[in-house]
Amino acid sequence: MPPLLEVRNLSTHIRTRRGVVRAVDDVSFTLEAGETLGLVGESGCGKSMTGLSVMGLLPPGGSVLAGSSVKLDGRELVGLPERELRRIRGNDIAMVFQDPMTSLDPTKTIGHQVAESVLLHRGCTRAEAADRATEVLGLVGLPHPRERLDDYPHQLSGGLRQRVLIAMALANEPRVLIADEPTTALDVTIQAQILALLADLRSRLDMAVVLITHDMGVTAGHTDRVNVMYAGRIAESTGTDRLFRGMRHPYTQSLLASVPRLDQDPERQLPTIPGMPPDLTAPPAGCRFADRCAYATDRCREEEPELTGPEGPQGHRFACWHPTDGPLPADATVVTPRPAAAPPAVAERPLLEARDLVREFPVRGGGLVGLGGRTGRGGRRVVHALSGVSLSLAPGETFGLVGESGCGKTTLGRVLVGLDRPDSGSVTLDGAELGRLRGRDLRRHRRDLQMMFQDPFSSLDPRMRVGSILREPLQIQGIGTATEQKARVAELLAEVGLPARSAELFPHEFSGGQRQRIGLARALALTPKLIVADEPVSALDVSVRAQVLNLMNRLQAAHDLSYVVISHDLAVVRYLADRIGVMYLGRMVEVGTADDIHLRAAHPYTAGLLEAVPVPDPELERAKRGSGITGELPSPVDPPSGCRFRTRCPLAQERCAEETPALRAFGPHHTAACHFPLQTPLTEPAPAAAAAADGTGA
Amino acid sequence: MSTLDPVGDAALVPAAGPVRGPDAPAAPRGSGRLTVEAFLRNRRALVGLGLVVVVALFCFLGPLLYRTDQITVRLDLADLSPSGENPLGTDASGYDVLGRLMTGGQSSLELGFAVALTTTVFGTLYGAAAGFVGGVVDAVMMRVIDTFLAVPSIVLLLMMVSMFTPTLWGIVLLLSALSWLSSARLVRGEVLTLRTREFVQAARMMGGTGRRIVLRHLVPNAAGVIIVSGTFTIADSILTLSALSFLGLGLPPPHADWGSMLSAGLNSLYDGYWWQVYPAAAILIVTVVAFNLIGDAVHDALDSRSPNP
Repeated sequence: MPPLLEVRNLSTHIRTRRGVVRAVDDVSFTLEAGETLGLVGESGCGKSMTGLSVMGLLPPGGSVLAGSSVKLDGRELVGLPERELRRIRGNDIAMVFQDPMTSLDPTKTIGHQVAESVLLHRGCTRAEAADRATEVLGLVGLPHPRERLDDYPHQLSGGLRQRVLIAMALANEPRVLIADEPTTALDVTIQAQILALLADLRSRLDMAVVLITHDMGVTAGHTDRVNVMYAGRIAESTGTDRLFRGMRHPYTQSLLASVPRLDQDPERQLPTIPGMPPDLTAPPAGCRFADRCAYATDRCREEEPELTGPEGPQGHRFACWHPTDGPLPADATVVTPRPAAAPPAVAERPLLEARDLVREFPVRGGGLVGLGGRTGRGGRRVVHALSGVSLSLAPGETFGLVGESGCGKTTLGRVLVGLDRPDSGSVTLDGAELGRLRGRDLRRHRRDLQMMFQDPFSSLDPRMRVGSILREPLQIQGIGTATEQKARVAELLAEVGLPARSAELFPHEFSGGQRQRIGLARALALTPKLIVADEPVSALDVSVRAQVLNLMNRLQAAHDLSYVVISHDLAVVRYLADRIGVMYLGRMVEVGTADDIHLRAAHPYTAGLLEAVPVPDPELERAKRGSGITGELPSPVDPPSGCRFRTRCPLAQERCAEETPALRAFGPHHTAACHFPLQTPLTEPAPAAAAAADGTGA
Repeated sequence: MSTLDPVGDAALVPAAGPVRGPDAPAAPRGSGRLTVEAFLRNRRALVGLGLVVVVALFCFLGPLLYRTDQITVRLDLADLSPSGENPLGTDASGYDVLGRLMTGGQSSLELGFAVALTTTVFGTLYGAAAGFVGGVVDAVMMRVIDTFLAVPSIVLLLMMVSMFTPTLWGIVLLLSALSWLSSARLVRGEVLTLRTREFVQAARMMGGTGRRIVLRHLVPNAAGVIIVSGTFTIADSILTLSALSFLGLGLPPPHADWGSMLSAGLNSLYDGYWWQVYPAAAILIVTVVAFNLIGDAVHDALDSRSPNP
């Protein structure tokens, strides 16, 4: 019997203005019913293009080369007329796309959109299609599907929209589902729910799933077999367990090693992969990874290795002349002892102190449908972005801020650096209250506070040369003569590991990781005391992330910097931070040292958040299926009374709705706000802990 | 060296200089130059630019080589058909048509450029300020524009020119007052999206003043929109001046311009004096089309230059 999906020698070229991009080059794999195959790799490695080629949905200029074969149940799809393909698409093979915001039509109801594919393929009546839509929406876990049929996409949250997309794909019970980064745009808590849903549906409907992802943790927990792709080709292909325990391709090894893990030793540098993937308009002659591979020899640069090894479900194939054996040992990297970060300042004066910050944004009328909304001051409805947040930071310390999107962590960052003013509360830097500073004084204090931005494409002015970008802060602050400023620019470039001639170039000539370094250099130009880094690596590819994280650590040690690192990625925060604050709906629910948070979480939210983070280890990842936080973040316009987490908390009781929990001490630097904590609190809030209490106001 | 370059940072410096994204050009070059190249590759742009240069040379250098008397009325020489003496004939007042096209073109081009310049400078600053400051200031500044736009421009123009004797610079002022509105709106829209970009916030973090952010970051990044709208303004102003002159409300004699030539020539079209109409009409159309071609090409050049290749 032929396999359900058989892809043989698939090659896809895309014609662009710059030349022909060989996006997919001789890729072969098979897929059986009930099986999940992971396609893993960095951006631009051809994994999405492979999925689109199978669907026959290539972008303009794209074409599948002759000799390629995609067989569904023995039937050849390549070369099939568009009419026939349309019948298969959405019926036998369906696809779930990454972005739930843009993949749904905002002008049609979700019921209509799910029913549409049923109507197209089944030739049934409208009523039958609507019934089927209700059925699949229920299947994907949309609460009250019948009432929600007439909802428009904007009335649903991101997680629910992704469920609708999956429902659309499943409406005709496809035999193969291609999921292209289905959870990348979602929070970890929602990601866990969606992945569990996909796994459940796969076994119930006996589907085959192709899961395209860049996340090694997701791969570990949710695939049976994995194809690691690099530069348009498959580098390694084997069962998931075997891949994580005994990978043979150096690329797989590096990729896995460069992902920071929750149990990462923060004193060790992350291993990095130097360089960038090759240009696919003119791929190198030999092994495509050779330029970035430490084991590469002349043979690798001249002769391209074939994908060899036993095939089949138990097989292990890889394309490498000098295969490695298993993961990189944990002690293979350099230890850089961090300067013993002065533990949260109790004795000495903190560098930065924020007290009872409140920030509320008025809601524009009309935009939000179906939200009741408590009225704020002046009778207007407001988004409660920060509701009484305090924190303090010692010199040289790194404070991590984590939480789901919408929890207020970015607003807090902006308030801390003075980009936004709190409605009440104060931020004190070195004894001076930022809110009181005006004009010249404020401008001087800007030197001490800098920010590193998330998006390396929008954080640098595209019309300025890098030299001018780095000089600008010095010019604004009037530091040094022109010659001195130029010297400083060269110094800064050297510091972040970029060649001196970068100063002459424009930002678009750099890669994302390099731009993020330029952003860091700009933040360093004024020798600040504190840098607030808002998602510093989330826009970067895995292999580049490690480079930037290492750099941040190194610069901190060299300049005695304090960081506030804001990230949704707990592993990143864990790697960088001395202390971590967990935020939920505008409140700080738990603060503690990195170990407190990761090993002794007291708040159920913290525990649930940690649980939801995918770990790049198949055994651990499979063991934890089925738990985690349920539901979605409530609207910050109308937050729940009492403990704001109670609506999603497994331990919630009546008291949680009536009484806002105060921060209680669980250790010398560990506080959490919960009535029913997972750890035993110290009897009474110790005076010292209370002083350092990074607490939510009542 | 181990697989993963434990030192990390040292190996980050790419051997061959900054690594370029897949769409980056082969040689390092500035975004400005990229735009210029994209512009020059565009055939329409070259045609437009060539035509503008030819018309400008014709109007400003032509009179030095081809001397004609455009001051004295010579009724004895009126309405002559094209000949060796007068290649394009003469008009009802005995002026040489070819020479008149040249002097008339001078005022048309001067007016077009002058209006475009004042409009662009004022409109850009106004729009950028409104967009950058935002809030109440923005609302008030935009309502001012809405109010001005509510006045039908042709009525206002006719009123003004019939109340005062128009001079070239008076008309420049008047047209500028009418056409800065749309460029201010365009620039404001552009600034509204630009100011949320992180590089603007970064400039604020450095302590940059509003003036600096507007002039160093927002205006240069909005340059594309500004240039495009400026180019179209030139064409529009030339057309408006011609329309006024055609209605007999343009520049008073002895000033010549293409519109008044058209208007005068139209009266004698039935007499078969085609040379009094077609040349003026042709050069007017060619000039306006040329500027529009340039505007389109600049627009395309900026469009196709993706900011993050």
